[in-house]
Amino acid sequence: MAEDYILVMEDIVAGYEGHKVLRGVTIKVRRGERVVVMGPSGSGKSTLLKTAVLLVKPWSGRIVLDGEEITRKGVDLRKVRAKTGFVFQSYNLFPHMTVLENIVLPQVIVKKVSREKAVEKAHQVLREVGLEGVENKYPLQLSGGQQQRVAIARALAMEPKIFFLDEPTSALDPELKEEVLNTLEKIAREGIAMLIVTHELDFAEDVADRIVFMENGVVVEEGDPHKVLYNPEKERTREFLRSIRRRRLAAPQASQE
Amino acid sequence: MGVFDFLVAYLPFIAQGSTVTLQLTLFSFALGFVTAMPLVAANLFGVLPARLLSRSYVEVVRGTPLLVQLFLIYFGLPSIGIKFDAMTASILALGLNSAAYQAEIFRSAIKGIPESQFLAAESLGFTKLQTFRYVVMPQAVRIALPALVNEFVTLIKESALASIIGIVEITRRADYVAAYTFRAFEAYLAAAIIYFVLCYFFSYGARYIEAKTRIPGYKGG
Repeated sequence: MAEDYILVMEDIVAGYEGHKVLRGVTIKVRRGERVVVMGPSGSGKSTLLKTAVLLVKPWSGRIVLDGEEITRKGVDLRKVRAKTGFVFQSYNLFPHMTVLENIVLPQVIVKKVSREKAVEKAHQVLREVGLEGVENKYPLQLSGGQQQRVAIARALAMEPKIFFLDEPTSALDPELKEEVLNTLEKIAREGIAMLIVTHELDFAEDVADRIVFMENGVVVEEGDPHKVLYNPEKERTREFLRSIRRRRLAAPQASQE
Repeated sequence: MGVFDFLVAYLPFIAQGSTVTLQLTLFSFALGFVTAMPLVAANLFGVLPARLLSRSYVEVVRGTPLLVQLFLIYFGLPSIGIKFDAMTASILALGLNSAAYQAEIFRSAIKGIPESQFLAAESLGFTKLQTFRYVVMPQAVRIALPALVNEFVTLIKESALASIIGIVEITRRADYVAAYTFRAFEAYLAAAIIYFVLCYFFSYGARYIEAKTRIPGYKGG
């Protein structure tokens, strides 16, 4: 039933200025389900996420978010954004605001929450991501991993029904990756729906209920994480996973040189 | 009377013109700022005719001498029935001229803000106005600050043109002293010293404000 799904994207075609990226993608996310999207660069993973929250407007197709079609004309974008949390690869925190203000301001001006409640919530989400004591620091005074955790906290504070994570660790060093992945695993256990683009195989295996493999703007294969990661049906998926595993094995050697 | 004694005798009289020079500068700068905002908004976010109008304004103002603009307003407009006193005409000319430069300063400052900032604000549900108010402007003003101070200092110097239509500011007072003493070099040297002190004071003050408002942790320019 449609009500079981927090997100339904049907036959989505989308792109940028005449360049078609998504070529008819259909993807569904159940309430509380965690779906990991994998695929080579340029396969349309990030565009898929941005299209889901209408940061990129689809050329055709239909998107239903929390039972409401958001691709129809006259949809209230603020209502769409109130239900979704988005975490970007490069954190995208507001550098001129303190960590606290980054988390408080969106609650106050978008959700119209009182400042006291917003501050209380900010402290709570910062505790959740394991970042107490940085409230008065500015984003650029933090490490990349800390910045990404603040970005996660900022999105969490808005109490989204579904979380979109666009390669949240790809800009980070290995040791910083770990702290962000641990935070995400903790949030994933709380039962919030997630659509995650990542190349982290261990993380995908740990948190995903389902893995979707994309290439050239279409879904090539999807299914149970164990099956897709260890016994994929399609040769293309196998090839991609091999290349990621090779890269992972080569990485420690490269750093020793 | 040596140069030093001359300066001691006449510099205070010429320096009294600083009040008028600063009035001219402050009002012109404020007018320029208020006019620049809609120009920038039209240029960056407006529909095509608004964009063209804004760009044309900037091009025409920057492509013609300020003195000619001042003459157009003070001597030209009365012929079509619009008459301003010298002070108002000077503020209008300097302010409307500065608006074009301030609009360009803000335009490039806003362009300097990464696209990802707009995307983050949009993803959180900010309206365009909220994005402008809370995300764009606070960062744009910081980026624009050095160029804005430069523009303010330029206005201090350009306000000397107002002396031509009779405003008694620093340069006009130096004119009086030169005519009275027949010592033009010393008179204008005194004026130059006062302008330099004013400009230096504002540039130095701006460096202090810049340091105070710098985004902590920011390592770029």
